[in-house]
Amino acid sequence: MTAPLHFHTITELAPLVAAGHISSEDLTRACLAEIAAHDDALRAFITVLGDDALAQARALDAEIADGRGRGPLHGIPVSLKDLIDQRGVPTTAASRVREGHVAAGDATVTARLREAGAVFVGKTNLHEFAFGTTSDDTAYGAVHNPHDPERSPGGSSGGSAVAIVTGMSIASIGTDTGGSIRIPSAACGTVGLKPAWGELPCDGIVPLSRSLDHVGPLARSVADAWLLYLIMRGDATAARWPLPMRRTIKGLRLGIPRAYFHDILDDEVRGRFAESLTWLRQAGAEMVDVTIPHAAWTAPVYSHTSLPEASAYHAATIAACPERYTPNVRLRIETGRYLLAEDQARAQIAREVLRAEVDRALAGCDALALPTLPIPAPPIGAGTVDIAGKPESVRNMMLRLTQLFNLTGHPAISIPAGSTEAGLPCGFQLVGRRHDTEGLLATAAACEPHVSA
Amino acid sequence: MTIEDWLASACADADRRGLPGLKPLLSALADATLALRAVDWYEARSAPASGTRPRQQPGDEAHPGDGEPR
Repeated sequence: MTAPLHFHTITELAPLVAAGHISSEDLTRACLAEIAAHDDALRAFITVLGDDALAQARALDAEIADGRGRGPLHGIPVSLKDLIDQRGVPTTAASRVREGHVAAGDATVTARLREAGAVFVGKTNLHEFAFGTTSDDTAYGAVHNPHDPERSPGGSSGGSAVAIVTGMSIASIGTDTGGSIRIPSAACGTVGLKPAWGELPCDGIVPLSRSLDHVGPLARSVADAWLLYLIMRGDATAARWPLPMRRTIKGLRLGIPRAYFHDILDDEVRGRFAESLTWLRQAGAEMVDVTIPHAAWTAPVYSHTSLPEASAYHAATIAACPERYTPNVRLRIETGRYLLAEDQARAQIAREVLRAEVDRALAGCDALALPTLPIPAPPIGAGTVDIAGKPESVRNMMLRLTQLFNLTGHPAISIPAGSTEAGLPCGFQLVGRRHDTEGLLATAAACEPHVSA
Repeated sequence: MTIEDWLASACADADRRGLPGLKPLLSALADATLALRAVDWYEARSAPASGTRPRQQPGDEAHPGDGEPR
């Protein structure tokens, strides 16, 4: 190991902590020091649990000394997106609407992580109420991308991705309603997993759109994401270490959906994706072109699902204290109040069509492969970006390649896949069969060394 | 209700409530609704599996997803 310990993966750190070679307190101190040094500029955190985190770490170190190890997450510093309840700590959702709120208990995923020995170092910044992909509409100041502080880290789990890249936490837990784990993972260069819909409990998490919401991990490797997923699923196999292993790349069959998904891509993103496919092919993977015939309707189906669900949740507060929302988020919530019921119903039938089409595209394939984001991280505050000389809405571009799989519920993961000449990361997205998140993780683990070069 | 009637009514309400910034989002939502209604989804649901692309395509220029949550 050459990098400082708090920049390593859980996979690397777990045996060292378990053997008492490094202490959780030292790891936690190192993460807190990174927060103290860099967070005024990056604004990744809303709440930092300095003394409390150190107390957690010391207690967990004492358990190790007593021979009472809890497993691979024991003593590992983790952060939570500030949409997820941790008992005794505010859940702000990055909004003034939630001022004064303190969580009475843990979200189920928080409780499972706590039981597995996680050290909670703090709550990460996000796009207000997860209602955006750039993490700049927030009551706690825009989050900045560590690869270029003038640019967005993506969102809505922007603070979580920044925390991992900068050593502020070893891993983080985010939420994904249209891409909010995968988008910041791609923009910052982390692994981000959206499990299959409904696998991980969302109780104790502020909702955005209940039928689209997912909770999942952001991490430094597929193996780390896999471990966190198992723990949050409440699966005892998470205690087994190392994890059941990797599918070989040889003979892996990837479906490549091009129509719609490749219609609007930044040239460098297109180039990195093509390189990844070349490397995977050279390593023995097979590629087959597939189609998702109604993919071009993804955005209208998404808006007619998510807007009314979000507006329903916010109905009381948007009426009582609209001025407490950031202006853009308030307007989006208001928009959902005008949508007609017949069109929402139409969108739910369309979801069935899209779900069946993704299932068919996956038939005979281990996973679908596509870029996570069509563009590198955009400048903070930009409304449009130029692609092939044409201005495109940042909002539409950020969601374009991820939101379909929230509508259909298929598991999806973003893994780092090189960067642009300016050093901005690119993401490689894999989509697995419904109800087979572990199959997707096995595929991603096999692909990871070949696309991250 | 036609989309045109819906949009006019919604924009008038936005003006009445002092929310002119809502009108571009409502206009984008109207585009999205038109795109959504352009397909008979019940027919698409019962249609046999096909690898061909549907004839109708929502125009990218219309940005039918604009204004949606992210």
